[in-house]
Amino acid sequence: MQQIIFFFIRNKNFLLFAVLFFISISLIVRTHSYQKSKYVSSSNFISGSIYAIKSDITTYFGLKQENRKLVEENLRLHKQLENLKSGNIPPPLDSTLLPSKYVFFSANVVNNTYSKTKNNITIDRGANDGLEIDMGVITSKGIVGIVNNVSKKYATIQSILNTKSQINAKLKNSEHFGSLVWNTKAPNIVQLIDIPRIAKVEVGDTIVTGGKSTIFPKGIRIGTVKEAVLELDDNYYDLNIRLFNDMTNLKNVYIIKNMDAIEIEQLEKEADDAEQ
Amino acid sequence: MQNSEIFSNIIRFIVLVLVQVLLLNYINFLGFINPFVYILFILVYPINGNKTLLIFLSFLLGLTIDIFGDSGGVHAAASVFIAFIRPLILKFAFGVSYEYNMVKINKVPLTERLVYIMLMVFIHHLLLFSLEIFSLSHILLILKSALFSGIFSTIVILCTLLLFSRKSS
Repeated sequence: MQQIIFFFIRNKNFLLFAVLFFISISLIVRTHSYQKSKYVSSSNFISGSIYAIKSDITTYFGLKQENRKLVEENLRLHKQLENLKSGNIPPPLDSTLLPSKYVFFSANVVNNTYSKTKNNITIDRGANDGLEIDMGVITSKGIVGIVNNVSKKYATIQSILNTKSQINAKLKNSEHFGSLVWNTKAPNIVQLIDIPRIAKVEVGDTIVTGGKSTIFPKGIRIGTVKEAVLELDDNYYDLNIRLFNDMTNLKNVYIIKNMDAIEIEQLEKEADDAEQ
Repeated sequence: MQNSEIFSNIIRFIVLVLVQVLLLNYINFLGFINPFVYILFILVYPINGNKTLLIFLSFLLGLTIDIFGDSGGVHAAASVFIAFIRPLILKFAFGVSYEYNMVKINKVPLTERLVYIMLMVFIHHLLLFSLEIFSLSHILLILKSALFSGIFSTIVILCTLLLFSRKSS
């Protein structure tokens, strides 16, 4: 017994090191799964509020640009509204009363990274504002990512600039769809893979979300094709997509909640269970 | 450790964490190069101080950086590792009897200091990027990031040490 205690005392540094190293490794492994541990994330209270203070200070430097972006969006929406009013299609009697499938929240980005291989974004809205895991996040220009962690007042978003990210996307002018991934090379270029050879792809084509999942509605703009690679014996295209969004400069984002998500997921789960 | 030393270590911990997460993580020099200067805490920890405490503090330090950076435990793992092998590197850089000679990092010759800092920085960065990227097919990216970030960190750490060194009386 004494020997064992002496052994522990003699090797206490190594044992402590081994234990702590093991804890770190298990934390890393856990981040590789989609649902992260709740506390080791910047959406927790302390780091969230420190980032919020920082963004309070730094927002002043980008106000002018941000204003211009919002004015542009307003302009676009106004045009749409006018088109609707004067168009041939009669508008619904009262559009606000119609039950809409999607609900939008707005939020400010308090922390944004884009130079790592697994990038996350922190925003200043959380569970108190109705946010949940697996909601889509967009800006007025294009998609940003998916909410992957929520605390009371903050949430983190798995950016599309993250090697774990895989988002369903399609060509705007056809129904051929593939997955959007990122090869870590540049923060404004992402890759669209698994577009079948039969599809007609040209440089400059617009890519939009596919609407195959419950996260993003169909038709949200992503980017344009910059380069299309098709080897002779390949059945699928590898497309390089230039994003509409400047992922290095994000301030105001919108979070999309799909009211039917639970119903759809339940239905799909039942179908899966029935097959087994 | 004396009271004043404990106090200065606590201050150093907090200041280094804040500088790292609010400033240095956003430099993105040439697109992807960020210095990791927070390991300065481990570098300048008193040589005759409690080693077990250092290992534990390094874990806390790394974990704090991880929490802010949403990176799981990569900084914690790398920091704990260099804290554990620090005695070996000290021995390698300053000779076997470093503990009795009361080596002060600001008073040793520049070459020895450089060897010590660079060894610690590069081991830390190599482990950090391997764990963060975690794939053999990106081994070039790992080496490239470790090399460039390592050079950047070494320069910033050397400058910081020069700036904050007390004048020898």
